[in-house]
Amino acid sequence: MNMFLKSLREITRYPSAVAGLIIILVLVGISIYAPIVMPYSEAVRLWRGGLGVWEDNPRVAPPAWTNLFRSVHLPATIVLNSTDPSIEKEVVEVNPTTRSSTVTFSFDYPYEGFPQEIVLLFNAKYTEKSPFVGLTWIKPDGKEVNMGSFSLKASQGYYVSQDERLQRRLGGMPPHEGLFLDPEAVAETPMAMAGTYQLRIDGVLFEEGADYDVKMVMYGKVHGIAGTDHLRRDLSVALLWGTPIALAFGLLAALGTSLTTMVIAGISTWFGGWVDTFIQRITQVNLILPFLPILIMVGTFYSRSIWVILGVTILLSIFGGSILTYRAIFLQIRESPYIEAAQSYGASDARIIMNYLVPRIIPLLLPQLVVLIPTFVFLEASLAYLGLGDPVLPTWGKIINDAQNNGALFQGHYYWVLEPAVLLIVTGLAFSMLGFALDRVFNPRLRGQ
Amino acid sequence: MEPDTQQAEKENLSAMVGKRSATNTFSRIFRYSAYKIVMLFFTVAIGVYLTVLIANMGGYVDTIRRAQIREAIALVIRGDETMRLLSVEERTAIMNEMIVQEEERLGLNQPFIIRSFGFLKNALLLDLGFAEQMTSDSGSKLVRLVILERLPATLMLFATSNLFLFFFSVFVALYLSRRYGSFLDRVIIALAPTSAAPGWFYGIFLILIFAALWGILPFGGMVSAPPPENRLDYALSVLRHMILPITAVVISQIFLTAYNWRTFFLIYSSEDYVEMAKAKGLTSRDVERRYVLRPTLPTIITSFALLVIGLWTGAPIFETVFNWPGLGRTLFMAIGFYDTPIIVGSTVIFAYLLAVTVFLLDIIYALVDPRVRIDEGGRRA
Repeated sequence: MNMFLKSLREITRYPSAVAGLIIILVLVGISIYAPIVMPYSEAVRLWRGGLGVWEDNPRVAPPAWTNLFRSVHLPATIVLNSTDPSIEKEVVEVNPTTRSSTVTFSFDYPYEGFPQEIVLLFNAKYTEKSPFVGLTWIKPDGKEVNMGSFSLKASQGYYVSQDERLQRRLGGMPPHEGLFLDPEAVAETPMAMAGTYQLRIDGVLFEEGADYDVKMVMYGKVHGIAGTDHLRRDLSVALLWGTPIALAFGLLAALGTSLTTMVIAGISTWFGGWVDTFIQRITQVNLILPFLPILIMVGTFYSRSIWVILGVTILLSIFGGSILTYRAIFLQIRESPYIEAAQSYGASDARIIMNYLVPRIIPLLLPQLVVLIPTFVFLEASLAYLGLGDPVLPTWGKIINDAQNNGALFQGHYYWVLEPAVLLIVTGLAFSMLGFALDRVFNPRLRGQ
Repeated sequence: MEPDTQQAEKENLSAMVGKRSATNTFSRIFRYSAYKIVMLFFTVAIGVYLTVLIANMGGYVDTIRRAQIREAIALVIRGDETMRLLSVEERTAIMNEMIVQEEERLGLNQPFIIRSFGFLKNALLLDLGFAEQMTSDSGSKLVRLVILERLPATLMLFATSNLFLFFFSVFVALYLSRRYGSFLDRVIIALAPTSAAPGWFYGIFLILIFAALWGILPFGGMVSAPPPENRLDYALSVLRHMILPITAVVISQIFLTAYNWRTFFLIYSSEDYVEMAKAKGLTSRDVERRYVLRPTLPTIITSFALLVIGLWTGAPIFETVFNWPGLGRTLFMAIGFYDTPIIVGSTVIFAYLLAVTVFLLDIIYALVDPRVRIDEGGRRA
């Protein structure tokens, strides 16, 4: 313990190790935070999507903070619902059977960019005579645009962006742009007028008890802190939950492979003879086994579950190349007098291997283990990139895979690739920097070289 | 006259000795290589057998084949006019009989252990039958042709990048060992942890910068479309497409490799004989070449072998990122098509490639390691 503390103190002399350690602590913190704010089942459900989960999100929208670097600010999504008590709904009786019901949506629009799409979703209650609505758009300068009128079905969507009549009336501009156009703006490209917009919905109800509700979704072009993907999913879910998954996979795989390799190297050297030869031969066979193609085969034929992949990874790495390194060191240790002493008082083979040989190698093992973690974090990302990621889990690699499949780089959606990539590289660097420093602390032979 | 003849005799003698030792060396290296190749062949056979076992574990491949046979026969029967006259039971009976016959013909009725050796032989000869979905560019469905057609592209890319990586790393490492502790040295040490990320990962960044943002290099592929007619233009186009992949490999490995090798060089530079050589007044270039580089080469080649094996293994994803029409991308596409014969075939050929790599590096090892050249060092792993 004392030695451990001493080593820890020594590590603080390396700035890169301290930086690495801080990043790792932050990542561990996120890993603990993620299951608390969003249970595992919830994350899986959200990521799978489905009806009504991500409806109100824009498609492929960069994060909102990218507006800081833009001269033309892009709008965030605005959702207004007439069922919301803060929205005023004015009902006036015209005659005994007919009432008028007016909903006015009013919202601030402090952006120069246009939104992605506008959708109005109506829900009407009636028995025979359906309500009739007329829509009026009021721009900040007071100009009114008549958007048309129609009678409502029980559930109906009005996709403003696809209304060709409105498009013609707006001079050929797509409606979601034409409705926001600032005719005064002096710029080469059309700009939106900033200010308070109003959408007035004048409804006429022809029955006792008839009513309607309306929801307006103006899809913006930026979203949240992480943006969205092609399925309108919020990337922050996958970025958040990807952290514990990446750490768990990396750590378990690194631990599993290092410990088994170490024990096998111990057995190999201690028993020597044919056991040693046999294990060395297996190591050589293992060296030419194509690791990634075999994992791909397992992923394609059996299971894409991350735990199966983890198990196969460990199995394939048991006889990895590091056995040769460990073996060389065990050979030296085996000749030490204390081993001879243990033998003379009759310690069993298992006891000598587990209690006397293996612990001696831990100073060498620990840095290697830490350096190994990123390898496995990237392995998971690689498999996900090839489309062999766990089908239900949101992981960093799967975001990159989605982005690549949808031509993110080609179409300029850089945030989609960069966010998971930056997290991956930060994680990789953190462990790697710490591992390098640990190596110098625990194996002072190499220090200064 | 007399001293001259003496001189000539002496020269003659030394030439003879030299020749004898040369043949000796040659035969030793030959024996060493023969031993290595036999060992490697067994290793490959075991590796391929394991691949076959994994591919067929739980009879998975068999199930696919059985289903295919069933489907094909059902189709034949449905298309046969004369069968329509028979009752449903009779038709089913005929169909089942045909299925049994076909399975017998293909040997599916034998126990798996026996069949697995047949698979092994076929796999070793790359005789893996027909692809289910994919075809080679020449239109063949033979797995062997599909795979062999892709091999040159992969070999070209990886041979070039590995050779480049090796010589560049040696150069940088030597330079750093000469300027131990300099600013550049410390920068490289600080950058060594970046090698934690694999090549494809840097590839994405490179594509983002050079292809998407600046548009000065292609996004991927091997030649521009349509391919240039002129042979020189064609070669130039391929070279242009190779810049980014090679850069990605080099960036992902150079810092760690240079750092490790520089450490080796430093350890060997502090040997007494190096000091002696310096004291003799040899130029630093000579000291480096004869007294530092030579003894470190075996270690460096071993470390390089592990590096190359790692790079080979990453080929599927690396080629997919760069859309390089090689073996790795074929494997990736086969996953998409669920094309079992191609997946197994690609895995087998990757095992071959790894074995050949190990073998070539073993021979180079034998050439540079005096222990192998001078005495029976053939048993060294």
